[in-house]
Amino acid sequence: MSTAAAHAHEEDHGHHHKETFMTKYVFSQDHKMISKQYLITGLFMGIIGIAMSLLFRLQLAWPEQPFGVFEVLLGKWAPDGVMDPNVYLALVTIHGTIMVFFVLTAGLSGTFSNLLIPLQIGARDMASGLLNMISFWLFFLSSVIMVISLFVEAGPAAAGWTVYPPLSALPQAQPGSGLGMTLWLVSMAIFIASSLLGSLNYIVTVLNLRTKGMTMTRLPLTIWAFFVTAIIGVVSFPVLLSAALLLIMDRSFGTSFFLSDIFIQGEVLHYQGGSPVLYEHLFWFLGHPEVYIVLLPALGITSEIIATHARKPIFGYRAMIASILAIAFLSTIVWGHHMFISGMNPFLGSVFTFTTLLIAIPSAVKAFNYITTLWKGNLQLNPAMLFSIGLVSTFISGGLTGIILGDSTLDINVHDTYFVVAHFHLVMGISALYGLFAGVYHWFPKMFGRMMNKNLGYIHFWVTAVAAYGVFFPMHFIGMAGLPRRYYTNTAFPYFDDLADINVVITVFALIAGAAQLVFLYNFIHSMFYGKPTKQNPWRSNTLEWTAPIEHMHGNWPGAIPHVHRWAYDYSKPGHDEDFVPQHIPLKKGEEELQH
Amino acid sequence: MTLVLTLTVLILVAISIWQITKIFELSQGNKENTQVATDSDNNYNGKLMFAFLLFIYGLTLFSFWAWGDVLLPEAASEHGTDYDNLMWISFAIIFFVQTITQALLHYFAYKYRGEKGKKALFYADNDRLEAIWTIIPVITLSGLILYGLYTWTDIMSPSENEEALVVELYAQQFNWKARYAGTDGVLGDANVRFLQDFDGKNLVGIDATDPNGLDDVVVQELHLPVGREVVFKMRSQDVLHSAYMPFFRAQMNCVPGMITEFAFTPVTTTAEMRLSPEIQTKVRKINKIRNEKSQELIANGDEALEPYEFDYLLLCNKICGASHYNMQMKIVVETPEEFEKWMAQQQTFAQSIQ
Repeated sequence: MSTAAAHAHEEDHGHHHKETFMTKYVFSQDHKMISKQYLITGLFMGIIGIAMSLLFRLQLAWPEQPFGVFEVLLGKWAPDGVMDPNVYLALVTIHGTIMVFFVLTAGLSGTFSNLLIPLQIGARDMASGLLNMISFWLFFLSSVIMVISLFVEAGPAAAGWTVYPPLSALPQAQPGSGLGMTLWLVSMAIFIASSLLGSLNYIVTVLNLRTKGMTMTRLPLTIWAFFVTAIIGVVSFPVLLSAALLLIMDRSFGTSFFLSDIFIQGEVLHYQGGSPVLYEHLFWFLGHPEVYIVLLPALGITSEIIATHARKPIFGYRAMIASILAIAFLSTIVWGHHMFISGMNPFLGSVFTFTTLLIAIPSAVKAFNYITTLWKGNLQLNPAMLFSIGLVSTFISGGLTGIILGDSTLDINVHDTYFVVAHFHLVMGISALYGLFAGVYHWFPKMFGRMMNKNLGYIHFWVTAVAAYGVFFPMHFIGMAGLPRRYYTNTAFPYFDDLADINVVITVFALIAGAAQLVFLYNFIHSMFYGKPTKQNPWRSNTLEWTAPIEHMHGNWPGAIPHVHRWAYDYSKPGHDEDFVPQHIPLKKGEEELQH
Repeated sequence: MTLVLTLTVLILVAISIWQITKIFELSQGNKENTQVATDSDNNYNGKLMFAFLLFIYGLTLFSFWAWGDVLLPEAASEHGTDYDNLMWISFAIIFFVQTITQALLHYFAYKYRGEKGKKALFYADNDRLEAIWTIIPVITLSGLILYGLYTWTDIMSPSENEEALVVELYAQQFNWKARYAGTDGVLGDANVRFLQDFDGKNLVGIDATDPNGLDDVVVQELHLPVGREVVFKMRSQDVLHSAYMPFFRAQMNCVPGMITEFAFTPVTTTAEMRLSPEIQTKVRKINKIRNEKSQELIANGDEALEPYEFDYLLLCNKICGASHYNMQMKIVVETPEEFEKWMAQQQTFAQSIQ
């Protein structure tokens, strides 16, 4: 815990030294600026990722039809405007990579961990501003490399976002496994380094720099979520790094970690004794926790926003923390459910079924606690609140089908079909995106000192909400019909001819959803410059970030850091005139800190 | 279908226009707009929340009505029946929970929409409630886990069956081959090193020095006798593939460097399946679609599509490269007599390399 002396010391050099354009906007070590950098880079990558999904949705709805937009964007990869199958796989691969890592890991967690951890725990900045800056610039570098890989002659990586070898290891297997794949691996290795630096910083900051009175059990749930997410990241990302490095060795230096007995393009290769299943284990040891690295911050943001805008304490604060911890723990021992039919021992399948279905329990607790928090509230239905409620809705809809996929038996026939695509898009893709949007609408005033336009926010939410279900609900049916994912078209199977209608419906909704994001972008950029100037605490929130001045400054608070006297959720507490009591307000005489 | 689409688009456009007029209304009012939700925002967004609940229910019902017939037909394998039962039980639970929780969520969002002067209930905790919604999932999931594990063990550890037919599924970019063990019932040793022997006639790399392999039969179309257990041994020569046989609720990855296994017993022949009313309706629907497409093609001077006839399929279900989407093999399930007759016509490995 930091002491008053340490604070005084920080204040000395905190906000008096001169800044240049470079140190303020580019190589900034201030967590608030870094947070904005993360957000804007993340949104930029998000535009690429979503645009790619629209391109391949066009191909799926109207297979092998020429589109002018393909000719413009894909050039020689779309001869006569018809998308090439290799390009289809590349688009699917890069869409997945960008959305999971660059948008929903860095863009979501990077943005809000950076913005909120120091502000909500009452710290001057992150424990190490320098590491924080390096973390962002590594992320930026990895984004640049990933984008460069799109312009490689033979095309970017195309082995699916999981890049299983041997497909990803052998340039003979597909054009995308050449230079494009090398760049993909280099980009990811740098990304992982960035993520690790960020996570370590978050953990140290939360543990050491909380202001006086901010005990762990008074932390807002956002901070708990970011904290636990960082721990999961530190535990699991290094394993992906090792997988990526071993894959680079296999690709470039002739080792056989993942390869054995291969005959391709008329040639027997020298690889002996490796196993692709080993790669799958390493990949999913990160890959599954990654789902929660994406989701937990979104749930933390939702917890905070639902309580604030419902003007009610979050229901079951301690249970919420317990369920975050339970999910985090379980998330590291369930990876095998991605591999039920990989050829691993069926007994392992039983174990992983058991641990996987256990995750449903803390998840259910969370969902019910959100619903109870709404009960008898005084809901202020701001755009942030709508996206949070939307998140709970898609989290339930998507989470429930996990009961089917997590069950090794049922997985046999829906594994790798569109059923899986529908499931994970709802439960982690859309839910986490909603978390990101909710966070942006809620903390935009804190980040930019201005309000976003609420009516544009409402349009954005309602069109997105309808279109998201319109895309992913029908997709379950395609999966239950037995159609595998990552198929360039289903016209090679007359049996699937009756799916054409559903594919058209999905694509139309996807285009509508894509268009709705333009409303958001317009709102975001316009409000940054012309939005209504915010009040000090526009949402009448309890947490500490709203006590810091609107105008950003180094060290966050001009004077002493406020001390904390209560938890973050004293909304509508009896005995107070206002319906909120910020954390830095001392308890009244005789007032009990009832709660948790 | 086009009608539904047009309607959806119209409704969405209407909502947008309504919202935009709302913006105008608000911007012309004299009240200061702080961009924080007002009572009127809460009111109409709360009502939209309720409407959204109806949308979710409506979409669910509509999807089943419009697309219920695309789901896979009844399983054609012995364990498939257990699989389908477990699937429907899980679905029943899912639909029940989905209906209730979405209702509560959206109804509360509507019912407790904010008003000035109202105060929320300070309600932070209730151990009993939380215990209830921890224990109910625990019980339900325990049931599902036990049932699931029981079925899984059943499917994945087939009893030692001397009578079982052993078939190797052999995957390569981008086609499938099947190898039968021949009269000795034992598959000969094989490795990709042998693929170039005999001028490429050694299609799956059988070791010609292993006598067990000489009577093996390699084919491009998978034939299975009905009612007899089939043990599949799967191999791949290049990248990961997955042998997916959705009509039999069967799937296993094919991994270079190792042999994976899956076993099932087909219970319905192709001929019987073609006669089932479910399949007949489906085939009629598909042929109607293909007919319409054919007319278009003919009008453009192209060839018409072949009419569709039902067959069991083996698909590749692990991304394997450009033609992943077209890596398939026909499966024919027939009576044991038909199967023996077909088998007798095939060349053995010894014959094919001569």
